[in-house]
Amino acid sequence: MFRKAKEFIIEKLIQVCGLASIFFVVVIFLFLLKEGLAVFKIVTPLNFLFGKSWYPISDPAQLGILPLICGSLLVTLGAAIISIPIGVACAIYIAEIAPSKTKEVLKAGVELLAAIPSVVLGFIGMVTLVPWVKNIFHLPTGLTALSGSIMLAFMAMPTIVSIAEDALYSVPKSYKEGAFALGATHWQTIHRVMLPAASSGILAAVMLGIGRVIGETMAVMMITGNAAVIPHSLLQPVRTLTATIAAEMGEAVVGSEHYFALFAIGIVLFIISFAINVTADLFLHRENR
Amino acid sequence: MAGIRVNNLDLWYGDFQALKNVSADFKEKRITAIIGPSGCGKSTMLRVFNRMNDFIEGVRTSGEIIIDNENIINPETDLVLLRKKVGMVFQRPNPFPLSIYENIVFGERIHAEKINKNNLDEIVEQSLKSVLLWDELKDKLNRPALSLSLEQKQRLCIARLIAVKPEVLLMDEPCSTLDPQATQRIEELMRELRKNYTIIIVTHNMQQAARVSDDTGFMLLGELIEFDSTQNIFTAPKDKRTEDYITGRYG
Ligand SMILES: Nc1ncnc2c1ncn2[C@@H]1O[C@H](COP(=O)(O)OP(=O)(O)OP(=O)(O)O)[C@@H](O)[C@H]1O
Ligand SMILES: [Mg+2]
Repeated sequence: MFRKAKEFIIEKLIQVCGLASIFFVVVIFLFLLKEGLAVFKIVTPLNFLFGKSWYPISDPAQLGILPLICGSLLVTLGAAIISIPIGVACAIYIAEIAPSKTKEVLKAGVELLAAIPSVVLGFIGMVTLVPWVKNIFHLPTGLTALSGSIMLAFMAMPTIVSIAEDALYSVPKSYKEGAFALGATHWQTIHRVMLPAASSGILAAVMLGIGRVIGETMAVMMITGNAAVIPHSLLQPVRTLTATIAAEMGEAVVGSEHYFALFAIGIVLFIISFAINVTADLFLHRENR
Repeated sequence: MAGIRVNNLDLWYGDFQALKNVSADFKEKRITAIIGPSGCGKSTMLRVFNRMNDFIEGVRTSGEIIIDNENIINPETDLVLLRKKVGMVFQRPNPFPLSIYENIVFGERIHAEKINKNNLDEIVEQSLKSVLLWDELKDKLNRPALSLSLEQKQRLCIARLIAVKPEVLLMDEPCSTLDPQATQRIEELMRELRKNYTIIIVTHNMQQAARVSDDTGFMLLGELIEFDSTQNIFTAPKDKRTEDYITGRYG
């Protein structure tokens, strides 16, 4: 009897914890909606999303976030172009080619990279990468989208490497044997059999890596220059959605249009991250089927 | 066309000797069955013939395996050429997670200098015909191979192998995951293929060995106890242990 009661209580406790986490997510989301949607009393959704200037404290305030969206996309795209090929190649090397000792060292290295706090990465980027970019391209400032992309690539890489490596590792050994038994070389086996077999997992890895990049704040705020203009190349300063919220939330007067606009940016970010995570999930589940 | 001549073959996994002084002559255009209780080294033996054991750490081999006048145990052996010549069908059908078409042309894609689309189509048709799958699958070539039934998958694996134009087919319990009807059909296929290939089949199933093979080798604890025509092995075994095994006293 006593045991049954104990069982019952534990079960209920776990249930409460589970429901609580869902409850908090819902509450946060509702709060975000409530505060963010208020901005559309001042500016239409179209003008908000596609307005070309972001001057939240001028009078009247101009609340167009297109430059910020472009900034985020450009930095993310740059980071993706850098991190995807390197990350996937690194995963292939770890999963397939590296001798077991090297493999352990590399895996530890990747985990270490994942453990570096983003402020620290941003700081290192600021004192090393930014001057390099400035000197190499002869720019007035090294605080550019390119610097941000490179730094973010470092942050996406651990995610991409570890998940893609997992995906390659879980390709059934029998595929590999089959390919070798037909006289395929190691590289032929990798690119004709292993990569297609692991493709969903690798795509998921890429999506999750990019998800991390889009949501990243500290490092981009420190090294992208924070100029809210629509960028025309990777060598210009940009400002991202995340950096805007982080930099301005402190000064925005609660209940002002600026304040509401920042929350609305939060909604936009939320939607982007959510879409990316769902896509990644779809890929992962396709693999499991 | 190649047969396989084995002289004094020894193989160790680390300290464990899995093959002990094996000598045998696998003749061309015949089906040779290897039988024996679990763990006696049948798969190991098959896997030396196309050097698939190379992937296992700590394997050492000594002796001779002569295929086309070459001792393929030699470290200098060109493994790509060897595996083109000596192909393998696995116990669990293992088609690649690609389309049926791409599975069959896999060999051509990796070996040919130049890919010619008509040639690929021709290869697909010929190979599927030779495993009697063409009529069933000719309209479904772009379907994923993993959607096929087990028997079809195994046939596809044989087709994929035949497309490489091997001379020897190694089959490690190719029917053990199939039902009796499918098994029977695969056996018919093997008899068909025997006209053009040297076939070596490992099987747990003595009836199967008796039904399909021309020669049979009986292994026990890493030794090849007896190697003779299937007829002799099953009707007049010379060794007491062979007799015990085929009459079911070993299990
Ligand atoms: N990778 C390996 N490392 C160490 N020992 C191995 C390895 N593979 C096989 N062995 C051992 O070698 C012996 C022969 O194995 P093998 O797989 O050739 O047997 P088999 O006759 O094919 O058995 P089964 O009928 O169960 O398939 C067994 O004792 C097995 O434990
Ligand atoms: Mg076996």
